[in-house]
Amino acid sequence: MQELIHRAKSLLESGEVSRVLGWKKGENVFDVEPAFFATAEELENFVYNGFCGANLSKYMIEASTWEGKTLVFLKPCDTYSFNQLCKEHRIDREKAYIIGVGCKGKLKAEKLGAENILDVQGAGYPDCSDTLKVTTLYGEQEVAYKDAMLERCHVCKGKEHQVYDELIGESVDTCDADRFAEVAKIEAMSPEEKFAFFQAELSKCIRCNACRNVCPACSCRKCIFDSTKFDSNQKANTTSFEEKMFHIIRAFHVAGRCTDCGECSRVCPQGIPLHLFNRKFIKDINNLYGEYQAGVDIDAKAPLTSFRTDDAEPGVGRG
Amino acid sequence: MPVNNENWKPTIVAFCCNWCSYAGADLAGSSRLAYPADVKIIKVPCSCRVNPMFILRAFEKGADGVILCGCHPGDCHYSTGNYYARRRMTLLFSMLDYLGIEEGRTRVEWVSAAEGVKFSETMNSFVEKVRTLGPSVRLGDLRCKN
Amino acid sequence: MYRIAKANLNALYAAIAASKELYLPVRSAGKTNFAAWTEGAEVDLDTLKTVRSPKDAFFPQSENLYTCDRTDGKISITPEALQEKPFVVFGMKACDVRGVAVLDKVFLSEPVDSYYAARREKGIIVSLACSRPAVSCFCQTFGIDCAAPEGDVATWMAGEYLYWLPQSEKGEALTAELAALLEETDDAAVAEEKASIAAICDRLPLKGLSLENWGAAAADKNFDSPLWEQLYKPCLACGTCTFVCPTCQCYDIKDYSTGTGVQRFRCWDSCMYSDFTMMAHGNNRTSQLQRFRQRFMHKLAYFPANNDGMFSCVGCGRCVDKCPSHLNIVKVIKAFGKEGV
Repeated sequence: MQELIHRAKSLLESGEVSRVLGWKKGENVFDVEPAFFATAEELENFVYNGFCGANLSKYMIEASTWEGKTLVFLKPCDTYSFNQLCKEHRIDREKAYIIGVGCKGKLKAEKLGAENILDVQGAGYPDCSDTLKVTTLYGEQEVAYKDAMLERCHVCKGKEHQVYDELIGESVDTCDADRFAEVAKIEAMSPEEKFAFFQAELSKCIRCNACRNVCPACSCRKCIFDSTKFDSNQKANTTSFEEKMFHIIRAFHVAGRCTDCGECSRVCPQGIPLHLFNRKFIKDINNLYGEYQAGVDIDAKAPLTSFRTDDAEPGVGRG
Repeated sequence: MPVNNENWKPTIVAFCCNWCSYAGADLAGSSRLAYPADVKIIKVPCSCRVNPMFILRAFEKGADGVILCGCHPGDCHYSTGNYYARRRMTLLFSMLDYLGIEEGRTRVEWVSAAEGVKFSETMNSFVEKVRTLGPSVRLGDLRCKN
Repeated sequence: MYRIAKANLNALYAAIAASKELYLPVRSAGKTNFAAWTEGAEVDLDTLKTVRSPKDAFFPQSENLYTCDRTDGKISITPEALQEKPFVVFGMKACDVRGVAVLDKVFLSEPVDSYYAARREKGIIVSLACSRPAVSCFCQTFGIDCAAPEGDVATWMAGEYLYWLPQSEKGEALTAELAALLEETDDAAVAEEKASIAAICDRLPLKGLSLENWGAAAADKNFDSPLWEQLYKPCLACGTCTFVCPTCQCYDIKDYSTGTGVQRFRCWDSCMYSDFTMMAHGNNRTSQLQRFRQRFMHKLAYFPANNDGMFSCVGCGRCVDKCPSHLNIVKVIKAFGKEGV
């Protein structure tokens, strides 16, 4: 971590970058927040550890409009989102100096019993260990690093950064599960079971829009759900239909653009597995239109803005 | 939710492209071919004008089935619009299945301006299919129905 | 003081639900939220904080106000019926009970909100002491004692029993109705439980969080501080903090088309949203900095200025736990406390 701070300071001092976008220490070991740093002094609060799950590429949309370059730290999976935003002309590549940071899987504080955590040892970077020592208000416990990882890290897309100016630190491919296993499990259910499953999950939704607002792909200047002329507005919670519509449309709108960064599921206060929507689209796209991973190739044709004359017909082979 | 009431008639929304399918519907009408009066046709410039929100909003507002009709692939008035529509609807319908919405409530059918008979037959069979499924509950907004 | 064996709680729920609506923490799809009790519901009294606060019981996220209908050329207006059936909210924590007191200030002062007032009249609060306060708790800062919650009835979980203490007329009446299930006891076990909770509270990291530089006087003083510029930056402008908050009370009023008329409903609004307080002339607050500042200034400066110093934060810590960017009111309080701007 000191290496990252050191490098950031020297880039700031040389004037190559005007500010640094990274993560800042919080009150507790796990509540790190995304932050901009303008001076070497501010960088004393910089932190990089197992709890830096936040994908910083979305903040580059705003930073691209500012004077000067921004140094941004991106984990391997964040770089897919960065690329995708470049492809959509929302980020100016020239305004970013990217340091690709090593990642050994990120943690979900909730899995450690977040509300009682006083301290976690073993989540530091680069010296994170296989076992986390968690000190809570009610005693100590040891948790295997793997058991506390975010869902997305179990289906890690790999340790390669897709775009960077320089790399610091080693990454580990933490994939130990099939990315589409959960989707396939639901597909195998009966319509009644499917409906019951999603109804139970979506009825928890509080319409806070955190999933939308954190999503790098969801960055329309004005969202349809924010329109005052639209009576299925973003705030009403009616349990009957609006949550379903919101989540279908949210996922559809990012279909073919979603890099599967997993931020939506990370931030949902109700723990709704939102990635199951996005991944369903990704699975279908892969099956029907050929393997496609958003954020890899900036020049590739996206699946929903291209076609083949012999594409499958809607509804064929379903059920 | 199948209903026992023989007289229940489903509400069907049919999005028809201006150039082929709407003309096909016209032909069906002028040829005096029967199709159920419960089919509400909404004319769109091209099948690819229909975005997923249209389909969902139709269900929200009380439709029991939604069908999209456009020019045959290769015959789009704008050359390629229906190809894009095809991909979108394929993904959307697959998602609706995934969420446990009864299959059969949505359909895409390519109907040319000369196919009045096909239009009428398509609507008849679609209405019959939806009728067996009963009123749409899973995708409807229940606020006003309670 | 009364008590009932924990093993017997289901009978208690059933007895309450026989004549009243009963809301209590229920676990569903992996999360615990307040919900109506039904036979077989997975009641969860162990989870300290429900994701949503129980304010829904008095101020639902969405509720109809009235319906206008035009049929056969005639217009009819039907107001939504006010709450008539008594209901019990079981298991509210001390902070959430104080949250209702904050809502009272807003909805029960003139002009009185009749929908809310009816619910307050019919609602009976059965609170539950927090046996295991969490790291994000700071109710002590607002003078709340989580070991001795307010409410019509206060309860404690200790050993194999739930202890039950009526604290108001409503509470006495409810206790009388349930007399067959409750047995009288002394308060030794509760005293012990209170001491144990106090000992934990002493170890909480946010104990001693000071509200220095906040309160009515902060309204002018903190408004133009350069600190806001730094604080708001990571804010995603989502509504998580407002929607899990037990005291956020802003709402929007909207019309829903029924085809032959409209349903006028209100739903919670969030000051973090770009269309918050949107009016014909446009928007009051056009930047996220302004919106972010509004939330905290409202809770810590404007509200106390208008309500004899009462803060509209109760220290439940839900926003601290749930913010996607880990921004929170504690960081804001501290930032101003430290700098003394």
